Amino acid sequence: LVFTEEDKYGLYSNLLFKYFLAEGVVCGHDLFVASAKEHPDNILKELPAPLLDDTYRKELGDEAAAVKSEDFQDSMKIAWRYQNLPKVEASPTTYTKFGHYYDVSKKMSPELCQSIKWHSFYLHEELSFEPKMKTCNMNSGYARLLQSIQRIISQEGFDGSDPQKKQRNVLRIGIQSLGSILWGDDVFCSDTPEDTHSLTKFLYVLRGLLRKSLSACIITVPAHLIQNKAIMERVTNLSDMVVGLESFIGSERETNPLYKDYHGLVHVHQIPRLNSLICDVSDTKDLAFRLKRKLFTIERLHLPPDLSDTVSRASKQDLAGSAKLLSSGCGAMAIGKKHLDF
Amino acid sequence: QGKFTLLRDTRTDGSFLVHHFLSFYLRAGCKVCFVALLQSFSHYNIVAQKLGVSLAAAKERGQLVFLEGLKSCLDLVFGEEEQPGQPSPLQFLSGSTSDLRALFDFVRVSLTPADGDSWKGPVLLVDDLSVLLSLGAAPVAVLDFIHYCRVSVCCQLKGNVVVLVHSNEDSEDEENELVVNSLCHHSDLILWAEGLATGFCKDVHGQIKIIKRLSLRQAAEQDLVQIYQYKIQDRNVTFFARGLSAAVL
Repeated sequence: LVFTEEDKYGLYSNLLFKYFLAEGVVCGHDLFVASAKEHPDNILKELPAPLLDDTYRKELGDEAAAVKSEDFQDSMKIAWRYQNLPKVEASPTTYTKFGHYYDVSKKMSPELCQSIKWHSFYLHEELSFEPKMKTCNMNSGYARLLQSIQRIISQEGFDGSDPQKKQRNVLRIGIQSLGSILWGDDVFCSDTPEDTHSLTKFLYVLRGLLRKSLSACIITVPAHLIQNKAIMERVTNLSDMVVGLESFIGSERETNPLYKDYHGLVHVHQIPRLNSLICDVSDTKDLAFRLKRKLFTIERLHLPPDLSDTVSRASKQDLAGSAKLLSSGCGAMAIGKKHLDF
Repeated sequence: QGKFTLLRDTRTDGSFLVHHFLSFYLRAGCKVCFVALLQSFSHYNIVAQKLGVSLAAAKERGQLVFLEGLKSCLDLVFGEEEQPGQPSPLQFLSGSTSDLRALFDFVRVSLTPADGDSWKGPVLLVDDLSVLLSLGAAPVAVLDFIHYCRVSVCCQLKGNVVVLVHSNEDSEDEENELVVNSLCHHSDLILWAEGLATGFCKDVHGQIKIIKRLSLRQAAEQDLVQIYQYKIQDRNVTFFARGLSAAVL
């Protein structure tokens, strides 16, 4: 269960969401898209087109200096985690088929989209159905979504209930802007929400559904709206992977020379620890993203070289301050805040 | 015997302690009731196999009673009407009752020794208690549940109880903090896994504080506190004194 905190204007998290779905199309997985904001048909029309190997390699030649291919493998591993899928070992040295690259400036061709089976859930079209399950005092929008997901999983045999189906496929579920007011839940925008448990109950049941079927799910939430931090703590506990996207648009960091090459930061709050005592911890926790004309990349944050002798005192302290914030970022292992000295 | 152990984690994941206690008690020949709320059976099984214990075999010979919370929840939510004689342990979810009595009954029934049982003392293991709060149980209900379990398992059956909770510094989750603080006061032993205050480190994954609450049983005694650092590996966890990790020596 991949939980993504949206950036303020939702631009980049939307992109990540579409990448997840596009990857599903390219791998031949089934898709389930749910939203209360845009109609899923529209979302699917806007998926980025995949880059084929040879065209990509040509483009990569131009930018070889800035980005090492190792970084790409790294970013793919962090962002794309499958559950219950037979393990595909991605060796770091050889180029493998684990993950694909996408061209953001082009849309995916309709033929490619049609090649897979997809299901949609648009909240405002589903309001007429009465859920047949026990709602457990859950918000009705969430209950209907759960009902829909469960129905697809059992009908299409993702939970192994149909022994005759030899070709087992993976279901990729994408849920956009969960917890926003559009779903009828004020847990994120109100200080004293009416119902504090709907979202967490929903996540728990969803987790159960994911665990017993061949599916993976990405959820985006407008976490920047949140007033009630307790909910985020509970939600983090219930998710396998939590990633936050912080864009620089409109914040003071936009003009900070430290970040001039990037459009935002990626905060990895939690990594999945499944079927093992340990989890895959990469060396660096400081990740930033940038959106170029064709590519959306996530890479290690490089501090620009401090070349000038005449850098004023104020800006140096500012840089140090931001660097402190960076290194004390994130991790499933430890989060430190106060003691790191530079 | 008759001890209540609290596993606590802050800024890190303390589930490795749960895996340890599970395999420890199974190897010791105790009858274990494991209330696993957060992960699936296969997750625990795979890790336990790395630690040398087979959960599936333990389940078959009746040594392990495993409540898979996620599965029970799905059965409750999507299943047909339940039979009157067998209420779901997670009945509080459906809103019909607000207490955790059904869960306690499940625990009590699983650990009460049956005729022909030759297991050494019963053990209740819970992973993790904070999830119950997320699912809508009131803090008082959770504390009542633990209290009943302690009376039943520790005092009456002379067994042990091990419970995992999450906590955070500056946490805004008041309900959770209430439960955690209350449990701390009533525990015989607290194992507190914390992330390092200085941030993430590859060689030292965290530090563990072992608090033996001698003051609980005897008025004049003081609690004994020991602190070690640890590194988690694939099949093992190594502990060492602070500052003496293998990377440094």
